[in-house]
Amino acid sequence: MTEIFWTLGIIVLQSVALLTALLIIVAYLIYADRKVWAAVQLRRGPNVVGPWGLLQSFADLLKFVLKEVIIPDGANKGVFMIAPLVTSILALSAWAVVPVNHGWAVADINVGILFIFAISSLEVYGVIMGGWASNSKYPFLGALRSAAQMVSYEVSIGFVIITVLLCAGSLNLTEIVMSQQTGIGTSLGLPGSFLDWYWLPLLPMFGIFFISALAETNRPPFDLPEAESELVAGFMVEYSSTPYLLFMLGEYVAITLMCAMMTILFLGGWLPPFDIAPFNWVPGVVWFLTKLLAVFFMFAMVKAFVPRYRYDQLMRLGWKVFLPFSLFWVALTAGVLVAFGWAP
Amino acid sequence: MPELLNDYLPIVIFMGVAAGIAIALMASALVIAVRNPDPEKHSAYECGFDAFDDARMKFDVRFYLVAILFIIFDLEVAFLFPWAVSLKEVGVFGFWSMMIFLAVLTIGFIYEWRKGALEWD
Repeated sequence: MTEIFWTLGIIVLQSVALLTALLIIVAYLIYADRKVWAAVQLRRGPNVVGPWGLLQSFADLLKFVLKEVIIPDGANKGVFMIAPLVTSILALSAWAVVPVNHGWAVADINVGILFIFAISSLEVYGVIMGGWASNSKYPFLGALRSAAQMVSYEVSIGFVIITVLLCAGSLNLTEIVMSQQTGIGTSLGLPGSFLDWYWLPLLPMFGIFFISALAETNRPPFDLPEAESELVAGFMVEYSSTPYLLFMLGEYVAITLMCAMMTILFLGGWLPPFDIAPFNWVPGVVWFLTKLLAVFFMFAMVKAFVPRYRYDQLMRLGWKVFLPFSLFWVALTAGVLVAFGWAP
Repeated sequence: MPELLNDYLPIVIFMGVAAGIAIALMASALVIAVRNPDPEKHSAYECGFDAFDDARMKFDVRFYLVAILFIIFDLEVAFLFPWAVSLKEVGVFGFWSMMIFLAVLTIGFIYEWRKGALEWD
């Protein structure tokens, strides 16, 4: 009995540790996002709270908690309050299977990538519930647009994941990373280098995954659900205080998850860029975080200098460009693997 | 059964902790923040006007079309997952079977495209 108690206790401690680390990282990613955006526009960005504004996100949190919660009279109150919870809990719970180092996952299940795919599909429910329950026109239109956009790009994300699975031959995230130890770099005489990772053989899919991840998480230039010149703030118009904070949190946690997915699927997870002396002394989790931050920097830069898409262009890009192309690439990858007998 | 429990119990516990954090955040504002209700503050936001009519209005049928297309292609992805992992075992025969399946779906996709189901204007 005490043994079970200890096992459960360790799992709870692991969960709390990972979630705390995740939330602190997200707080600083929001800060980094604002700083990058400001630097591109030759502004200073947040620089008042704490040294260089480093405590800005925590001040924001405090401000949100002290604000009045407004529930519109016309809203379906239960669904209205559940929607932000659904968004944030689902976004956080996908992290249960993400390995940040070899064996460092709360649950290293053998269908890890399927779990992440399923959980990120469910996130659209938070948007739909929030938009519908608000009983107001802007949230309703924003939720419809957002849902259509999220499901459209999820299909191409699915195909991109399939191409990686074809090369890796496993649904387990740890094994997907470990299968990137040998590849093009090894055959070129640079074993264990960054040339072995899947970004090189699957370069077009890397690009499609990055752009689809922007659309899936409603990031600029695909932030049409909350295009403030048209729909004010999309499905979040009627939200205030911590319910709004939970939507924002869910959004940024989902963005961080997408960065982690790009790191795991294409950038070799926690593997060092060269498997030689000074590089493989560094702990894997440091490499994982470095790669995650590099991908997030690309997200922030895209937000800063790409103009917003029009809605018909967005749907055309998703259905008429990415879907046929990624479908073709799945067939091509499988064909090459079968023809040369390289299938794992 | 114990193995399944070993694998998935941490996920349930993780979700529980995540739910705890989210609910605590939400409850904190409900408990701490001052509530000062007012009919204007609690009305639906419509750029300062009173709401013209019900917000649950008619909307474009294309959103339904996108949802239906999504179901078809997402199911296709779900079929591809086990095939992709076991490509070595299913071999050349499995590869061509899946290519025929994809070809059938592609014909359907071309039909939708020609019918204009993917046009937004």
